[in-house]
Amino acid sequence: MDKTQYNGVYVFIEQREGKVQQVSLELLGKARDLASSLNEKVYAILLGSAISEAAPLLISCGADVVILADNPILSDYSTEAYTQAICQLCHERKPSILMIGATTIGRDLGPRISARLETGLTADCTRLEVSEEGELLMTRPAFGGNLMATIVCKEHRPQMSTVRPGVMKALSPDPTRQGSVEVFAPRFDTAKFRVKLVKTVKEKKELVDITQAKILISGGRGIGSKDGFEQLNNLAQTMNAQVSASRAMVDAGFVGHDRQVGQTGKTVRPDLYFAFGISGAIQHLAGMEESELIIAVNKDKCAPIFQVADLGIVGDVKKIIPLLNDRLKK
Amino acid sequence: MNIVVCIKQVPNTTEIKINPATGTLIRDGVASIMNPDDKGGLEMALELKDRFGAHVTSITMGPPQAEAILREAFAMGADRAILLTDRKFAGADTLATSNALAGALKKLSFDLLITGRQAIDGDTAQVGPQIAEHLDLPQVSYLESIDFDGKRTFTAKKATEEGYQILEVDAPCVVTVLSSANSPRYMSVRGIVEAYDKNVETWGAADIDVDETKLGLKGSPTRVFKAFTRGTKAPGEVYEVEAEEAVGIIIKKLKEKFIV
Repeated sequence: MDKTQYNGVYVFIEQREGKVQQVSLELLGKARDLASSLNEKVYAILLGSAISEAAPLLISCGADVVILADNPILSDYSTEAYTQAICQLCHERKPSILMIGATTIGRDLGPRISARLETGLTADCTRLEVSEEGELLMTRPAFGGNLMATIVCKEHRPQMSTVRPGVMKALSPDPTRQGSVEVFAPRFDTAKFRVKLVKTVKEKKELVDITQAKILISGGRGIGSKDGFEQLNNLAQTMNAQVSASRAMVDAGFVGHDRQVGQTGKTVRPDLYFAFGISGAIQHLAGMEESELIIAVNKDKCAPIFQVADLGIVGDVKKIIPLLNDRLKK
Repeated sequence: MNIVVCIKQVPNTTEIKINPATGTLIRDGVASIMNPDDKGGLEMALELKDRFGAHVTSITMGPPQAEAILREAFAMGADRAILLTDRKFAGADTLATSNALAGALKKLSFDLLITGRQAIDGDTAQVGPQIAEHLDLPQVSYLESIDFDGKRTFTAKKATEEGYQILEVDAPCVVTVLSSANSPRYMSVRGIVEAYDKNVETWGAADIDVDETKLGLKGSPTRVFKAFTRGTKAPGEVYEVEAEEAVGIIIKKLKEKFIV
């Protein structure tokens, strides 16, 4: 493989019902960084139907070129149609780097593309950098967050990674940024479309995205009861914050999985992270330790959460939460 | 119906700790288990077997001791077990792993191939879809449940961030399953006793038609450049005081940072 033929940082833009997902904007922000180090361009791959209106947003968030494939076949995500389109694009344009959000869509699509192109794919990365040799260094947690590994893909292109939502920072949209839109018309082998989407159901879980919250009030095993959870909710309301939780709270059914912080939940970095009654298992810390300010309250003074907390209080959450709420209300 | 389930033996990562002095993983004494998502996949296969009748084959790639989870699969109700083991498979990344497994799977005939969504030691969720691609089969990932029309169509419920999707796919196909899909059955006493008399077939690189350049470390496009444990952040201040005073300290901090 002649690696010098491969050029450009490509980002798969994930859209659902025509709406560009936040993770794709985060990836464009990171792609901008990588492309500057490499002195290459950022390309946004936008697949969908009647989707061209999204292009200016992508340019304002860091894309130099939006590659637009507008086709009713691409309206909803399907593994095969999207794989065909992106593989064709890769054959024609030879990207050096291809980044995909590590969502249920991205993690379905990424491995399929990598196997078809016979290149490497690094899953769920939390850090991306360019080495002195111009290679992509892809860092990700393994062993349940106990170990970090930096992966390289030396002899194969594109260098592919899926990237965890909420970790990279999107640029604030700059409407004066210049970029172009190039139309791409994939040819489809429809005989291979063998999965039929019957319906998409949005469950009436409140659609909160804790990764976007400025303040998170997070509860763990120490919260214990429904009453305790009610107190968390009250405090969150007072502070105009979102409630999140450790796995214990999710498993106990107090809160949905969409609010879980940690290795098997979401990675968050709010301005303020309150950890109430969370001991701080490494899987949890992996999801929140980059928060700007961490305040932890726990009755066990040896709890690992105090290792990452900027301010730790050894005490009873059941007393402290209502008291704090009362004082803040005044 | 023929069902094949791919399973993996993994260290129980929830038990792994870091030695704070050396910053290395303490893996001593950590039990090996059947990967939870894979166990969910096996349970899904066994439920289909209970309802429709099926022959269930479990297959794993790993070192010889991975045989233990194949015995466990027998004890839960699997009918056949294949251990794919060879030094030539060592050091494989997800692509090389999928090449080896796909090579073995090409020798089997099945209507449904089930894998777990991801393994807890790597959390990549890549091997299932990569196998599907090598076998040129359709895939549905992140399964919460599956139904079968008794003829050839599966109806799958796939978990998404916002809810779920219902998808239809004909046999043969590949699905990846979440551990939350079901509660795996326990091994029966009789199953455990019988599991030790059953034959675990051992296959090596010579038994599958895959070019050796696509296997193991040689066949892996990715390399670990370095591995490290997270540096622990310098701890902040910790106070052990009465609730009233504690609240005062918290509010002072929030004011300092202009949050209130």
